[in-house]
Amino acid sequence: MPLFKARVLVSLRPSVLDPAGEATRAAAQRLGVDGVKRLRIGKAIEVDLEAPDRAEAQARLDLLGDRLLANPVIENWSVDLAEIAGGVEP
Amino acid sequence: MTIGVVVFPGSNCDRDVRWALEGCLGLPTRFLWHEERDLGEIDAVVLPGGFSYGDYLRCGAIARFAPVLQAVREFAANGGPVLGICNGFQVLTEMGLLPGALTRNRDLHFLCQPVDLVVSNPCGPWLKAYGYGETITLPIAHGEGRYQLDAEHLDQLEQEGQVVLRYAHNPNGSVGDVAGLTNAQGNVLGLMPHPERACDPATGGIDGRRLLAAALG
Repeated sequence: MPLFKARVLVSLRPSVLDPAGEATRAAAQRLGVDGVKRLRIGKAIEVDLEAPDRAEAQARLDLLGDRLLANPVIENWSVDLAEIAGGVEP
Repeated sequence: MTIGVVVFPGSNCDRDVRWALEGCLGLPTRFLWHEERDLGEIDAVVLPGGFSYGDYLRCGAIARFAPVLQAVREFAANGGPVLGICNGFQVLTEMGLLPGALTRNRDLHFLCQPVDLVVSNPCGPWLKAYGYGETITLPIAHGEGRYQLDAEHLDQLEQEGQVVLRYAHNPNGSVGDVAGLTNAQGNVLGLMPHPERACDPATGGIDGRRLLAAALG
């Protein structure tokens, strides 16, 4: 069974206030890093997944993203998917 | 007659709710462990506050898959009264029984204080003992209580009278000053404030009594 590695990126929808991101942006200024105009905090979730083929892997990850990893009321999400040849990590 | 109090790993207001219902109001309760599938003979369900399953991923996100909530979903669909307090409110939104989501407080602080609330629509089984526009005081204790919903859907909830409790002085940045809302049928109520902590005169006010006492009709 092929092994797939995926990274699911979850970010707050642009319309949703991100007070933690704002606080971090303010800290960046205090660090002395100029020019940080926008800083939004999300999540990166790494998933190793066995599936018969790429389409099936994508379908399962889409279900995970939509129904568990993100809350579509407040978050957007996307999937980066890569297959590992022979199901063995290089 | 019995009120079921759901207990998740990480719930921490389950005993407070039991004390308020039994100790203060004389209403019998039964704890419903998160793995139970049969609610048995109960007349109302309370989802208490706390940090269900550690609030991993998002508040209430993992709790949504607890077996007991399948039974609660059916109970609610049949018109049974369901009350979600704080984390229980978060669980109800994650389950889709109530619209919207609860997010990080505007100022990032964990807020633990009494707040004034306006009962904007005393409808449904839970709030019927309050008056229209009555102001009551209940404690809040949350870090993620900022209610979030897009303007169009919020407007729809307002039209339908589902926004039943509002902050008099918005502490956390919730849209529409929403502190509590019901489903379209009115039998499911979610609120961030803690009525169970306002039942015993020894701990302050008793404005939560009428809400919890309404559980048994």
